[in-house]
Amino acid sequence: MKAAPFEYHAPDTVADAAHVLAELGDSAKVLAGGQSLIPMLALRLTVFDHLVDVGRIAELRGIERRGDALWVGGGTTQALVGASADVASTVPLLMKATPFIGHFQIRNRGTLGGSIAHADPAAEYPAVAVALDADMEVASSKGRRTIAAGDFFDGFWTSSMEPDEVLVGVSFPIWSERSGFAVEEFARRHGDFAIAGAAVGVELDDHRVRRCAIGLIGLGSTPVRAETAEAEVAGRPVADVEADVVGRLAMVGLESVPDDLHGSAEFRTRVGAAMVARAWRTAIAEALDD
Amino acid sequence: MTEIPVQLTVNGQHRSATVEARVTLADFLRERCRLTGTHLGCEHGVCGACTVLVDGAAVRSCLMLAVQADGADVTTIEGIASPDGDLSAVQAAFRDCHGLQCGFCTPGFVVSMTAFLHDHPSPTDEEVREALSGTLCRCTGYQGIFRAVRQAAPFDHGGEP
Repeated sequence: MKAAPFEYHAPDTVADAAHVLAELGDSAKVLAGGQSLIPMLALRLTVFDHLVDVGRIAELRGIERRGDALWVGGGTTQALVGASADVASTVPLLMKATPFIGHFQIRNRGTLGGSIAHADPAAEYPAVAVALDADMEVASSKGRRTIAAGDFFDGFWTSSMEPDEVLVGVSFPIWSERSGFAVEEFARRHGDFAIAGAAVGVELDDHRVRRCAIGLIGLGSTPVRAETAEAEVAGRPVADVEADVVGRLAMVGLESVPDDLHGSAEFRTRVGAAMVARAWRTAIAEALDD
Repeated sequence: MTEIPVQLTVNGQHRSATVEARVTLADFLRERCRLTGTHLGCEHGVCGACTVLVDGAAVRSCLMLAVQADGADVTTIEGIASPDGDLSAVQAAFRDCHGLQCGFCTPGFVVSMTAFLHDHPSPTDEEVREALSGTLCRCTGYQGIFRAVRQAAPFDHGGEP
């Protein structure tokens, strides 16, 4: 299949992109790396009269420390995020999530901002953003605003960004040295969207859990936090926490777990619990090792 | 629809054309440049047969618009062998190791592995398998392809040249 015709715009600055988007309204869509949008256009799952390509905007690219957070420009490719020493040392969860995204040929084009703005509940970066309480910086012709990750994902492929807004960058909070992180997924074929997965961060205070963040992948209509499990382990001595229990608790209260030919909701929930448990063990081992 | 001018370098040759915005880089290469070595299997980013190098990085040419490649340096399977026709190390290894049968997926494998081995000259077996996972073969089987990449890697993992 070939995409239906559209007009193409390639602004050089965020201000120009915002201006074009303001003029075109919801007949336009932002094109970032195109690794989700282009196949959707080719399969005619979606149609737009205009595409606004933000791939030539230099100010959307970059990785830099800003206070207690690491800022990653929305147009930064997943390949660069995965290879960045700054990402590895300050936001390891982001680095560990990257190899699960498609294949290296996809990551060479796909961007961090594109993945987050696309808001696929089975994608890795949205789950990491939710787990770490990242802040999304968005721009329109009316100005800039920040959206907390918890308020960003509205539903399947839907975010709280307006059609005329561009995702400029995402700030990921940097955790202390006494932290551990892990991402686990189960997919039938390497590189596919996972049946279920988890992105887990734990920070220790002596041998107690000071904070814990569990982002669930592919277990709802949006990436979600396992709040029951997080609350249960907070403040507990690590030695008293059983990974399998964390996994089970992480599945409490989930609504709209996908139920389709790739796996029933019950199966996905069992896999999800196992992925959380596995990620928990790895994250704890890493935190204790620091 | 408006046609948009694009200029790019393909296998060292300068190309300029005007294209509809919806034309993918793959279709541009096949239909406008007549470089039909870039194969189209699924046309939605799953099979990897259409992989080309854009500024040295392996990408799916079906998931990139020709207009997005404006100003880029593109290498297709036709540009992998040396100008006098000698096969590259990766191509020769695919021949030696029975890394192809029908040949449909081969351009994608050869281009992808050319980029992979450039960036990872001494890969582990696991890294090779991971790198191969982005391209689908439906007839040869992956063992010959895997052996071809092992042979083409300039150094064995951890060993001396």
